[in-house]
Amino acid sequence: MAAEGSPLEQFQIERLVPLHIGSVDVSYTNSALLMTIAVVLIGLLLIAGTSRGALVPGRLQSMAEMAYEFVSGMVDENIGHHGGREFFPLVFSIFMFVFFGNTLGLIPYSFTFTSHIIVTFALALFVFLLVTLVALWKHGIKFFTMFFPPGAPIFMAPILIPIEIVSYLSRPVSLSIRLFANMMAGHTMMAVFAGFTITLGIFGFFPIAINVALYALEVIVTALQAYVFTILTCLYLRDAVHLH
Amino acid sequence: MDPTSAKMIGAGLAAIGVAGAGVGIGNIFGSLVSSIARNPAARDQVFGIGMLGFALTEAVALYALLIAFLVLYAV
Repeated sequence: MAAEGSPLEQFQIERLVPLHIGSVDVSYTNSALLMTIAVVLIGLLLIAGTSRGALVPGRLQSMAEMAYEFVSGMVDENIGHHGGREFFPLVFSIFMFVFFGNTLGLIPYSFTFTSHIIVTFALALFVFLLVTLVALWKHGIKFFTMFFPPGAPIFMAPILIPIEIVSYLSRPVSLSIRLFANMMAGHTMMAVFAGFTITLGIFGFFPIAINVALYALEVIVTALQAYVFTILTCLYLRDAVHLH
Repeated sequence: MDPTSAKMIGAGLAAIGVAGAGVGIGNIFGSLVSSIARNPAARDQVFGIGMLGFALTEAVALYALLIAFLVLYAV
C-alpha cells in the first residue's frame, strides 16, 4: 500500500515465515512477532516479579505489584468489588497487552501492532460481545431496559431508544478507532517530522527538537491510551453487571 | 487541477477539524485548573478525570489528523 520512503511505510506487514493452510494465509508476520514478544515479556515480568515474594519488594517485584494494584484499583472502583473481581484477569490481560504493544512500538525500527485497526477491532469486538453476553446472562430479558434511561418521561421513548441502541452498537467501533488512530497518527507525525529534518538541511535541528517533544508525548500517550481502553472496558462491564 | 495539489488541499481541509479539539482540550484544562484552584484537596480525584477527558478529546483531533495523513500518503 505505502510507497517507498512514505511515512506510512512503517506500518507495512511483512511475512517472516510464509505459511498457508488451504487458501488461508496464516503467515507468521512482524505483527505476530511483536505480539509474541509482548506476551513473553509480560509473562517474564510477572513470573520473575512474583517468584521471590519478598516483604520489601525489589525493582522487578515493585513493577509487577504496581501494575497489579493499578488495574485492581481500577476494577474495584469502576465495576465494584462484588461482581467485578471475576473480570479482573481479563481486564489485567487487556491492559498489559495494549500497554506493552504501544510501548514496544516506540522502539525505533520495531512495529506497533496496535496501529492496525484489525488488532484493536478484534480486542474491542471481544469486549463488546463479552459485555452483551454477561448482561444477557445476568439479567435475562431485563437487559433491554438498559436502552431506556430510568426516570426519563415515557413519551421520549421513540427518540431515546434508537439513540441508545446506536450508541451501544457504536461502542466497539469507537473503542477500536480511538486506540488505532492515536497510535497511527502519532507514529506518522514523528515520521513526517523526521522527513523535514533531512529536507531542511542545516535547519534540521528544529524538527529534531520537535520530534524529541513528540516522542515524550507519545510515551505519555501509550500509557494513557492503554488506560483509556481499560477504563472504558471497566465502564462497559459495570453497565453489564449493574444495569445503570 | 493536478492530483498532487488536490491532495494537498484536501489534507489541509481535513486538518481544520483539529481546531475544534484544540478548543475542547483548552476547555478541559481550564476547568481542571479552576477546579483545583477552588478546591486543592480534590486534586487527586479531579486529575484522573481530567486526563481521561483529555485523552478522549485528543482522540477526536487524531481522527481528523488521520484522515489528513491518509489523504496525503495513502490514497
